[in-house]
This record gives sequence, structure tokens and C-alpha cells, in this order.
Amino acid sequence: MRKTLLGSVCAALGLLLGPIAAHAQAEIDHAKAAKEFEKFRAEMEDSNPAELNELRGEELWHAKRGPKNVSLAESCDLGLGIGKLEGAYVQMPRYFQDADAVMDAERRIVWCMVEKQGFKFEDIAKKPFQGPNDTSAPDITNLVMYVAGLSRGKPFAVDLKHPKVREVYELGKEVAQYRAGPFDFACNTCHGAEGKRIRMQDLPKISTKEGAAKAVLGWPAWRMTGGVALTMQWRMNDCFRQQRFPEPKYASDTITALLTYLTANANGVIYKGPGIKR
Amino acid sequence: MNPKIVFATLVSAAGLSAALPAQAEGDYRAKAIEMIKRDFKPRGQAGLDRLAEDGVQAICNRTGNNPKGDIVKVLEADQMASIQWPADGKLMGDWKKGEALAQSGRGFTWSDQPGLPVGGNCYNCHQIGPNELAYGTVGPSLLNFGKLRGNSPEMQKYVYAKIYNAKAYNLCSEMPRFGRVGALTPEQIKDLVALLLDPASPVNK
Repeated sequence: MRKTLLGSVCAALGLLLGPIAAHAQAEIDHAKAAKEFEKFRAEMEDSNPAELNELRGEELWHAKRGPKNVSLAESCDLGLGIGKLEGAYVQMPRYFQDADAVMDAERRIVWCMVEKQGFKFEDIAKKPFQGPNDTSAPDITNLVMYVAGLSRGKPFAVDLKHPKVREVYELGKEVAQYRAGPFDFACNTCHGAEGKRIRMQDLPKISTKEGAAKAVLGWPAWRMTGGVALTMQWRMNDCFRQQRFPEPKYASDTITALLTYLTANANGVIYKGPGIKR
Repeated sequence: MNPKIVFATLVSAAGLSAALPAQAEGDYRAKAIEMIKRDFKPRGQAGLDRLAEDGVQAICNRTGNNPKGDIVKVLEADQMASIQWPADGKLMGDWKKGEALAQSGRGFTWSDQPGLPVGGNCYNCHQIGPNELAYGTVGPSLLNFGKLRGNSPEMQKYVYAKIYNAKAYNLCSEMPRFGRVGALTPEQIKDLVALLLDPASPVNK
């Protein structure tokens, strides 16, 4: 399995480097390059290296772990009841009464690890994302991958009728348009209009269903750059880096608010599971 | 804090009551700002001071980037007055250095080494020279900029000022205030002026 995966990864990189080399020479057709990339990405997602993360996440979900020696499978409710995971990912962020908070999937799993298994939040938050030199992803990333995989083929369905979810959605909308920092950037500076690009990178307009779908589909993802597994928490973190902001705290309200805004805007779109990003 | 910024903030706060949208929206905004101030931590060169809005950001954030009235002219004039002009009075530098600067997208993030020169970030958003095809489209194309407009002293002044502080012309422009915030020096901005206006620059070939 691993061999097949590596094979397809190498083939994919070859395909990817093709257009990059050509662009150094001269002519490049942006639309064509983007289309080619989409095509090979779709092919690659049939044997996504993220499957390994999903499998590892499944083991972790069922293992008795932490100071309390409890499994998430027997203790963690992702909104549909303890142990019920199918379709849970696409319905988050959602309001959780036991925590009296709206939480996105990753934040909710962290909450369960802390409250049910007895892990310390600070220990998880110390290094929540896989770095370019790390050979494996953090447990929390693998857990998110597993949970996300169990929503494949289901439509995003964030419950905006719930007043608390609605409020967090509105806060996320405000965060998206908040300009600050040395370059006066907001999320919407890059993601507020149709058909824009930074260099070669297409920028979805996140207030539309289509744009929001482009932002949330394919996450969590196996990222070719560095060969790492990353979640939406990481994606938001790195957007703020490029926005020249300070660093958002891991699993904070601001990130949940943005994820509520993005995911709810994509409501109705079919989620295809963990994806592959460049 | 810069007294000018404080002044601008006061002016914008005073002038805005009429422009404020419905109460609910204002509530969400206030709550969101409170939340943002709670949820970030300093990293590298990116301190928490970056979360605070200056006067321009405040008025743009509160009007959906579309402020109205005399206050706009006043604030644009403030931004114009902040522009530092080169000591030698020359506004066109070396277009080759300008091209290198336009290519660089680095600077000011928490992962950038503090103190290293900040890039112009120009190609991130603009088409400029004919040989760079990986250009962004957030801003307008600048290909043939000088060929179409000439390089009169007025045009040089305009381009220099626009790069130094784009908000002097359009208060809520998406473009950073490269000179105002110290990302680019007057010397570097002169090189970018040359990139756009020098007849020898590939932009105008």
C-alpha cells in the first residue's frame, strides 16, 4: 500500500513539476495549468496518502488513552451521540451544550481529549500541526482525518437556525472583513472578489457558496509541499501569517468563528473527504 | 502611538455615527474585535499591536471599505502629508533593482526574519513586466504603464506617492502603504517608479 502511495506521489510530483518548469521557460496558460492540476489531483485522491492518517486516527479513536485511560469511542460526543461519527464532521461547527460553546471538529476532539481522557490542553496546543521536518502528524491531526473521512459523500450542514451558531457565524463574517496590521489586510482583501489570483494561486470568494466550497473542500488535506497532513485549523493559522497578523491561538473562538462562516456558506455542497493540496 | 493616527481615529469616530449601519451589525463588530484581541499571541516580529486599527483601518472596517463625506478627503490629505519625499529630489531610480524588488513577496510575517529587507510584493497582485507570467490579479495590470502615461514629473510624483501610501488617493485601497509603514525606503520606491516609468524598463517595451 505504502509503495503504491509513494508511486502515485512521485508521479504526481512529476506532473506538477512539468508545468512549473514550462513556466520558467516562457508561456504559461493559467487556466490550463489549473485545470491540469485539478485533473491529476482528482486521480490522486483515489489513493490519497491521507488514508494512512485516517487509519492511524481510527486506531487512536478506539484506544484507551490519557491519564483517565478512556477511549474517545466510548466517551466523545461529536454532536450525534457518543460513538456516532458518520456525518458528524459536516455538521460542525455546532453548539455543544456540555461545553456551552460552538466548536469546530478539531476543537471538539481536543475538548474530548482534555475533558474525557485527561490530556492537558497546553500539551496538545504546544505543537498541534505537522511541521515540514516531522515524519508523522500529531495525534489530533490523525483523529480529525478519521472523523472527516466518515463524512464522505455527505452535504455540509451547519445549523444556522441555532441562535448560538448564528451568532458565531456573524462573528466569523466580521473577522473576515477586519483589516489591520502593517499591510491593512483582511481575509477579504484576497478572498472578497470573484476571479482573483495571488501570483498563480486562484482565490475563492468566501462569501459565496461556490467560493466557500473551494475553501473547505479537500480539508483536512495531505499537502504535497513537504508531504504533510494538515487541518483547517492550520489553514486558518497560515492565512493569518500571510495576512501579517500575530498568531491565532490554537482552537480559539476566532478560528471557530471563521470556520463556521466558511463551512455554513458551503452548506449543501457534498463533502468528498480528506483531500490533496499543492 | 503616532499623534496623527490618534487624531485620525478621533476624527473617524466622530464623523462616523451617521455612517454606522444597523445596531446588530455594530454589536457583532464590537464582539468580534473583543474576540480577536483575546485570541492572538505575539510571534516573531508580529506583535499584538498589529491587531489594533489605525484611523484609516477603523473607518474602512466600519463602512465596508466605502466611507462617504468630507472626512474621506481629510483623511486622504493626512495620508498624503505623511509621505516622505527623497532628499535629492529625484524620483526615478534603477528599474532593474525595482524588478527584483517587485518579485519579492517576503517580509513582515511572523516567519520572516526581522530586519531583512521587505519585498515589494508587486507581482503578487499586478501584472508588470512582460516576462513574468506568474502574476496576480488583485490589482490592475501595470504592463505598459509608462508607455501609456509618459514619465512627466507629475506622473513620477503620482507613482511615487501611490506606492509610498496608496491610501492618499483612495482611502480604503486594498494596496498596502509601503512607505508609510516602513516596508520600503524612499530609495526602493524610486526603483519601483523606474520599473513603471523608465522608457528602458521592459514594462514599457
